[in-house]
Amino acid sequence: MTTAVYCAFCGKEEADGDHAFCRQRLSMIDPPRYCPECARRMVVQVTPDGWTARCSRHGETASAR
Amino acid sequence: MTAAPEQIDVLDEAREQVLERGVGLTEAQVLKVLELPEDRIPELLALAHEVRERWCGPEVEVEGIVSLKTGGCPEDCHFCSQSGQFPSPVRSAWLDIPGLVRAARQTRDTGATEFCIVAAVRGPDKRLLSQVRDGIKAIRADGNDIQIACSLGMLTQEQVDELVAMGVHRYNHNLETARSHFPEVVTTHSWEERWDTLRMIRDAGMEVCCGGIIGMGETLAQRAEFAVQLAELEPDEVPLNFLIPNPGTPYENYPVVEGAEALRTVGAFRLALPRTILRFAGGRELTFGDLGAKQGMLGGINAIIVGNYLTNLGRPAQQDLDMLEELSMPIKALSQTL
Repeated sequence: MTTAVYCAFCGKEEADGDHAFCRQRLSMIDPPRYCPECARRMVVQVTPDGWTARCSRHGETASAR
Repeated sequence: MTAAPEQIDVLDEAREQVLERGVGLTEAQVLKVLELPEDRIPELLALAHEVRERWCGPEVEVEGIVSLKTGGCPEDCHFCSQSGQFPSPVRSAWLDIPGLVRAARQTRDTGATEFCIVAAVRGPDKRLLSQVRDGIKAIRADGNDIQIACSLGMLTQEQVDELVAMGVHRYNHNLETARSHFPEVVTTHSWEERWDTLRMIRDAGMEVCCGGIIGMGETLAQRAEFAVQLAELEPDEVPLNFLIPNPGTPYENYPVVEGAEALRTVGAFRLALPRTILRFAGGRELTFGDLGAKQGMLGGINAIIVGNYLTNLGRPAQQDLDMLEELSMPIKALSQTL
């Protein structure tokens, strides 16, 4: 289990500012775009029933199917 | 002194013209519908639903889509997070053949009859067409007989012929917005270039899927213009998207289309296109929420994309299938499309 340091929607530090809008988008229509550990942009593949997101440093995460 | 001419109500006109005779509204009439006050929206939607049932029947066509090639597009469509010209967080990605086969299987398992393979490109090159060809073969080898559509940008005649030979039955190429507004949205190619591809598709015998996005700064008059331009094309399907203001695009700060305005648009487009498959596509989750989606289905829509989109997520497919069941709307079967 890793701690999210960065916002997966906007890539800024979680501790920096209000991420309510980001959380809303992530809960509704957006897959993560930034690695929560290092803020690198991830390679994201959306499929009809899920998504995968790959960080070049921290590996791949996937949606719960 | 002469009496003022009696004002004819546009919904009364639509009842006689569209519902009874199946003739779509004119541009001036569509504009009047788009300007109806909010308290008349239920009446509009009820009429649009009647029109849809009369001229299209009760079935709903269900489709799934997947992005075969994501991001890095050279075009500058201002709404699109996949353009390489804007600082969008979307990175380039290719879906491999096993991934494509899985996506087609996921789509078929929802009961969908359509599976659309999409690529973010100006037009397909040899590598992309080869990937599509191999992908379709692999989907068929998997025992999946779902109808396959493609959306690969602008085509040459040779490419159109290749897609026909691959068995692609429908091609999506959106005009996106009214001709008069298009130069504000895209500068790297023209509305007319898109139109040319659509004519080639039609002439080759493929079904034409052509729609656009509402909420890109167009006026109501331009929205009416767009509906009538689509009607002139006589597409088999019109996907209706509502702008998702995606980060990094020029439209990232545009407002989400308000629900009532979106419902008015749904009703107006149905009255302009009485016999066309009108599909709920991207953006409906933000614009409508759950309640609005039902209102749209009861207001002229007769097709939906289930599951996720290309770079954004949709509602879980089961949620939409449950909604259709609750509304007693039958899903179009594959046997009806062949």
